[in-house]
Amino acid sequence: MRDRRYLALLGVFAVATAVLVLAQAELLARVLSGGDGIAPLGGVVVARAGLVWVRRTCTQRTAAAVKARLRKEVLADAATRRGDRAGEVSTLVTRGLDAIEPYLAGYLPQLAVAAVVPLAVVLRLAFADLTAALTILVTLPLIPVFAALVGAHTRDSTRRQWAELSAVGGHFLDVVAGLSTLKLFGRASAQAATVRTMATAHADSIMRTLRVAFLSALVLELVATLSVALVAVPVGLRLLGGGLDQGVALLVLLLAPEAYLPLRAAGAQFHAGAEGLAVLEKTAVPAPPPVTAVRRPPDLSRAEIVLEDVGVRSLRGLHLRIGPGERIALVGPSGAGKTTVLSLLLGEITPVAGRVLVDGIDLREIDRTAWLRQLAWVPQTPTVFEGTVADNIRVGGPGEFAAAHAVGLGALVDARHTLSSGERQRVAVARALVRPSARLLLLDEPTARLDSGTEATVLRVTRELSRGRTTVLVAHRPALLAEVDRVVEIR
Amino acid sequence: MRRLVLAAVAATLAELSGVALMATAVWLVVRAAEQPPMASLTVAIVAVRALALARGGLRYAERLTGHDAVLRYLADLRGRVYDSLLRQPVRRHSGDLVTRLVSDVDAVQDALLRCLLPACVAGLVGAIAIAVVPALAFPVLFLGVLLPLAAFALADRHLRTLAPLRSRLAERTVSLAHGAAELTAFGVLDEELAKSDQVITDIATRERRSATRTAALSAAAVLTQFGTALALLATGSSAPVVLGTIAALEVFLPLTTAAQRWAEVRGSLARVRELLTARPVPTACEELPAGRRIALVGPSGAGKTTLLSRFATPEARGALADAHVFHTTVRANILFAKPDATPEELDRAAHTVDLDLDWDTVVGEHGTAISGGQRQRLVLARAVLSAPPVLLLDEPVEGLDPAHADEVLSRVLTTAPGAVVLVTHRLTPLAHEHFDEILVLEHGRITQRGSHAELVAAPGYYRDRWEDESSTPEYLNSYR
Repeated sequence: MRDRRYLALLGVFAVATAVLVLAQAELLARVLSGGDGIAPLGGVVVARAGLVWVRRTCTQRTAAAVKARLRKEVLADAATRRGDRAGEVSTLVTRGLDAIEPYLAGYLPQLAVAAVVPLAVVLRLAFADLTAALTILVTLPLIPVFAALVGAHTRDSTRRQWAELSAVGGHFLDVVAGLSTLKLFGRASAQAATVRTMATAHADSIMRTLRVAFLSALVLELVATLSVALVAVPVGLRLLGGGLDQGVALLVLLLAPEAYLPLRAAGAQFHAGAEGLAVLEKTAVPAPPPVTAVRRPPDLSRAEIVLEDVGVRSLRGLHLRIGPGERIALVGPSGAGKTTVLSLLLGEITPVAGRVLVDGIDLREIDRTAWLRQLAWVPQTPTVFEGTVADNIRVGGPGEFAAAHAVGLGALVDARHTLSSGERQRVAVARALVRPSARLLLLDEPTARLDSGTEATVLRVTRELSRGRTTVLVAHRPALLAEVDRVVEIR
Repeated sequence: MRRLVLAAVAATLAELSGVALMATAVWLVVRAAEQPPMASLTVAIVAVRALALARGGLRYAERLTGHDAVLRYLADLRGRVYDSLLRQPVRRHSGDLVTRLVSDVDAVQDALLRCLLPACVAGLVGAIAIAVVPALAFPVLFLGVLLPLAAFALADRHLRTLAPLRSRLAERTVSLAHGAAELTAFGVLDEELAKSDQVITDIATRERRSATRTAALSAAAVLTQFGTALALLATGSSAPVVLGTIAALEVFLPLTTAAQRWAEVRGSLARVRELLTARPVPTACEELPAGRRIALVGPSGAGKTTLLSRFATPEARGALADAHVFHTTVRANILFAKPDATPEELDRAAHTVDLDLDWDTVVGEHGTAISGGQRQRLVLARAVLSAPPVLLLDEPVEGLDPAHADEVLSRVLTTAPGAVVLVTHRLTPLAHEHFDEILVLEHGRITQRGSHAELVAAPGYYRDRWEDESSTPEYLNSYR
């Protein structure tokens, strides 16, 4: 996150911190060596507390805002991209993006302080006692150099760790989604061993990272504390020899640790911060490609749809002509590509070879939103979204109660519980029912999971729906085949 | 957990070393200013160096021991949680379950490392501090007990209001990812995204509000730390005591964050504990005599799937409605039923169901990379391969065209070695295959039972559907 304004704000906080740290040390040294200044010291203490409050508030509010922005972006991106693992995205949007907070509100502010305060301390000490200043100046760089060396290694393994967490999440989603299947085949207990193995491997890999990460913290702390010793002892000896004023000596002693403290604190935040940075990089969402399809769709009540020598997925050299208002059924062995034809007409996929023409215009050039408005699609495995059955039918358009009754779901309109596959399918048909302006009807096995009784209802609805509309129907049921003008075999 | 106690001890000693380091260094300077003989300072000089080394080393030891202990505990915990899940009925919301399970177990790690451990260390250091300087009693209690309690209360309330929003967001994300194509086709994607965006904005608003409050607590902690030192200074305490106090009270500053974290993980800990201690749910099941063939028919939603699951004895296998296809190869998905199957057995199973997929094809998440019919036959091949004493079939050939479906089903029934329970909508196979009994379910109750011949002779649901089905002209069964 390279928001300049935020970094500038962090810089201001860092400078304020430096000023207060120096002031506090000065006043404390003066008071300890017999001078006065307790009142101003009190003021500095209050100011420090106030700075903490302001800094934490600002940084965490910024983190919250950034998280919200990224969540929205990731969600929008996942919705437009197919085949993305739902478990991973869900983990990222909820838990994953939380990791940004330690980076934005923990590590970055600390880094800013670490850039400013040590410098300020060294400068001040240079005027008080050059030897001490030089000692600190020499030992300070050791910390970032070593931290950088370790950091590079840590970052790679942190990224791997994030990938593993996602994989565990994704794999675990697979395992848990299939828990009933695992139980049915008596494999659930065997899977438990795999779960443990993966968890232990995860633990092992984290420990490997941590051993090295903690080593850098060890060096940091040793350098810091040893430097205090390195400064204190010579100062003490010089005091002994009378070559130094006590006030100055105390100032040196009070300021020396302050040069190292910010670096140590930044180092402590590094691990969590690195994880946050890894997440930030992972959520770099590519800009959507420019929309080139802008032509208005032709009037489907008069337009002819032609699939010209189309090749994609399992289809090869497919020729299909659908006249306006014609109702055709696609039949053929499973896997031959019947659903693929529907996906082509939806504009969801584009042909690798050949073209899809509507009234002579390539579908790729037609404005997708306008095109979809003319369609009603009943998919093979409909998704039920958050809300009641009525809410789900309204996805297609207004008029959900009449539609629900028409497909026999009248008793369930307010239901929020999980629906049976037959009920889900009827919801999908109802969604098509509430789109009277759709001129093209795409039906993918609309009565697949229905018994003959409900099928009769849906059949009647489908008959009404396809009246006067161009219809492409994928089906096996003989009853449905009786409803169409032409049967086309796809193999 | 012995290693965790070791970590706590190491941490306490590290903190005390730090305090002693600061105090000794100041003492050294103050004493040296009085220009005493060198000999009186040598102990301090050595001590300062030793304490500096000790502090660093002890911290490293503490971190390593603590993390290792907790991580091992976590791995075992995950396994135990899974085992507990096995004893429970399977819940539907897999997205929710995953988010919860992974984060709940990770939360235990936080609870131990970032709450319990710092709290113990702070307690020990605080006790020693009060023993050395009794005047520190009030600041220690304020910093160590009052402020963390306040932080906990604030965080707890914040999370209670946030939790339902977050789980809603997780659910919406999963269904958005799965149903994006449909939402786009119906032109409501933007609307659905906007609703999710609103949830996200609500979450951010609450987070911002909470940040202001908790920041105030951190500020209060800093104020107390330095304020105490100032008070000691004003009342004439010596320099080592003053600086030692600042160093000692430093250990309490992270406690406000730890208390917040405790509020966050409390729910997770409770859920994990509840899952681990939940009693197993008994599942009643019906035993079937060997070789018995039963069919279940009825309108959708009548309860056929529920009734079918009652026949699921531990040895039963089958192709059920909620069959899950794992994100791996076709071969792995089928071998799953019988891991030691020979290639011939695999081929035979594939031939029975007429599966025409390449063995090494990866089927995608939930089987989305293969067609619906292929997925169904894969699931059926799995059931066939296991050749179980009880075979449960829930509309196993629905995705195929009728003639093909009947052929495959016939082969499956012929090769099935044990009892079979079949749920179907299509009555034609029931006329051609031998079934001992057909049960008709309507609204969750068995309304008719008997053989095919008996049921078509009697008035009722079965006869009506049979007449519907058998009246469609033969030519539509083969559409060439």
